Amino acid sequence: MGKNPVESDWTLEIKPVSGWLNFPIKDVWRYRDLLMMFVRRDFVSVYKQTILGPFWFFLQPILTTITFTIVFGNIAKIPTDGVPALLFYMSGIVSWGYFSDCLTRTSHTFITNANIFGKVYFPRLVSPLSNVISLLMKFGIQMLLFLGFLVYYKLNGAPVYPNMYILLTPVLILLMAALGLGFGIIISSLTTKYRDLTFLVGFGVQLLMYATPVIYPLSSLPEKYRWIVLANPMTGIIDTFRYAFLGAGSFNAGNLIYTAIFSITILSMGMLIFNRVEKTFMDTV
Amino acid sequence: MSKAIEVESLSKLYRLGLVGRRTIAEDLNKFWARIRGKEDPYLKVGESNIRSIKGTSDYVWALKDINFEVDHGERFGIIGKNGAGKSTLLKILSRVASPTKGKVRLNGRVASLLEVGTGFHAELTGRDNIFLNGAILGMTQSEIKKKFDSIVDFSGVERYIDTPVKRYSSGMYVRLAFAVAAHLEPEILIVDEVLAVGDAEFQKKCLGKMHDVSEKEGRTVLFVSHNLQAIRNLCQKAIILDQGELHANGSAEECLRTYNDLVREIKINVDTEINDFTHRRGKGNIRMSSVEVTGLDGTTRFVFKRGERVFFRLKYNVYKEMSGLTITIAMLSGISRESIALVHHVLTENTLMPGDTGELLVEIEGLDIKPGEYPLYFELRDAKYNEYSKDVIDDLTPPLIVVNGDEELGETFNPGKPSGYFKVPSKIVISEIIPGGYLKKAL
Repeated sequence: MGKNPVESDWTLEIKPVSGWLNFPIKDVWRYRDLLMMFVRRDFVSVYKQTILGPFWFFLQPILTTITFTIVFGNIAKIPTDGVPALLFYMSGIVSWGYFSDCLTRTSHTFITNANIFGKVYFPRLVSPLSNVISLLMKFGIQMLLFLGFLVYYKLNGAPVYPNMYILLTPVLILLMAALGLGFGIIISSLTTKYRDLTFLVGFGVQLLMYATPVIYPLSSLPEKYRWIVLANPMTGIIDTFRYAFLGAGSFNAGNLIYTAIFSITILSMGMLIFNRVEKTFMDTV
Repeated sequence: MSKAIEVESLSKLYRLGLVGRRTIAEDLNKFWARIRGKEDPYLKVGESNIRSIKGTSDYVWALKDINFEVDHGERFGIIGKNGAGKSTLLKILSRVASPTKGKVRLNGRVASLLEVGTGFHAELTGRDNIFLNGAILGMTQSEIKKKFDSIVDFSGVERYIDTPVKRYSSGMYVRLAFAVAAHLEPEILIVDEVLAVGDAEFQKKCLGKMHDVSEKEGRTVLFVSHNLQAIRNLCQKAIILDQGELHANGSAEECLRTYNDLVREIKINVDTEINDFTHRRGKGNIRMSSVEVTGLDGTTRFVFKRGERVFFRLKYNVYKEMSGLTITIAMLSGISRESIALVHHVLTENTLMPGDTGELLVEIEGLDIKPGEYPLYFELRDAKYNEYSKDVIDDLTPPLIVVNGDEELGETFNPGKPSGYFKVPSKIVISEIIPGGYLKKAL
């Protein structure tokens, strides 16, 4: 889309794919209305023709939390940093849930949208971006549920101590979105050619959860293995989240900065790959 | 006049077959070539795109070195057989696929309609889908709001506008979708075979709309269709693609003639194909074993000048007793598939016995019919119209194409509208010539 002075009367130039650094930020901005329409479509259509509707958003984390509480809390007796088990697991599940939803949903971008991508041009990035935004609704509802439980426990004198770090929540959400989106679009770009990865995503995310302090506190890990979990960028997010709302564990600014750098790197890489693949994927998908 | 589209040595290579383990090896090969600064080794091996011949390479040029230009406000047709590269070209122009070599330059906002109703969501209402589809096609929210009433009006589905589109009839669905597309206001509109859906009335509406946006609003329209009549009516200029290469470039009328020559080259072996042909109706009491369309010299062809003599040669076998034999050959309209011209003869009312065979030669003395494309319909049945004793075949052969021919063979029609299929024999008697009236001038 080079607009050099010699051929300034052309508004658009279509050339073979070359180079990596021609990212259409302007284009995405021009299509912001489409982004909002996609988000709206997701909102409106998700629970059409279900009886319980948005109630499903509640049911899923509640059932998972109960399962985790029974299996990991009561049977395996994994410590929870002195926090009520139910709150401990729910805080992990809700925040992990947003990240994993973002990742899985965006990782299918090219495959689920192959039909529409094959018929009309718009910046493809609009699609995964809209996924990340519309998933916020689910996350928001689950947060409300979590806050409800938190208030109930607090009033009953449970040892939970929400603190000022709650103000970091928007940053945490942004980081989760960036990580999920970054990984997701990298995977979706690679799956256009090699479908193998789609099989990996499902259980890969599952496995990654066990390498993140979702069902156990960081403090319960032996020193020897701690670095593995700390290398996981989600650790900083879940840990900070839990510290902010429950006062459990510790806040480590270093971990969070590491996560931020990691997220930005992954997201930029993702965008570069995605941007290149979006031009050729019609031939391979 | 300034240019709206400029296509410069555009090429597109496709890889055939499956993506498998070998692709990784090829990817590595390409990567290695790029590192050493060499040309992609697979670009050299591409073959031209001939579907029917098994190639030796997995790579095929869907488009090869295409050059053409389109002026602003022009209605431009793209003609070609299946697999000629039309859709690939449109995909590149719509930025859905990218070229392998060469470039395209466009001036103005482009909207492409490779399909109507792209991105329609079944669960959403008509209203929501107008906004969604509009946004996908590149309109902003406020633009759609401004045109909303006019879109609904054009679609004629006002009553259902708040009903999910999954409850729509397919006709309503297409109408709504086209209504949105028709209200796009791009400088360049790219349309692909949209006319293949919908009824005759709808197709007419589409064509009319495309004509209007070009004529009244000065927009450029790029139009691909198999319907030569539609191209003839709509477009001023055209190109012909054949096996991925540019075959001709010029005025639409000129291109259509060239295209007819191209089609003439289709050699179909009717004798072998007719037995496997599935588009036939009847119980097998009688069957055509061969159908040929020839000119005066006896060679098979499907393109005739107006007023020229056309011969149909049919062979048949009788398998069960039949009471009589009638033959019907019809030329159908390309769009509505109504029979426009009919050959109909009761050949005999005597009984035909199993094992009887025959050959019929039908001559049309002068095919004085409007230039166009007419699918052919052949029917043999008994003289009593018994459902069981028939054999009906249509679309076995390519459609008959009538082109404007030499003056002496048939009068050319007045090119103005309306133009009928035939000129009906008629006489005019002028009883009084009004002085100064235009009749006098005309005589």
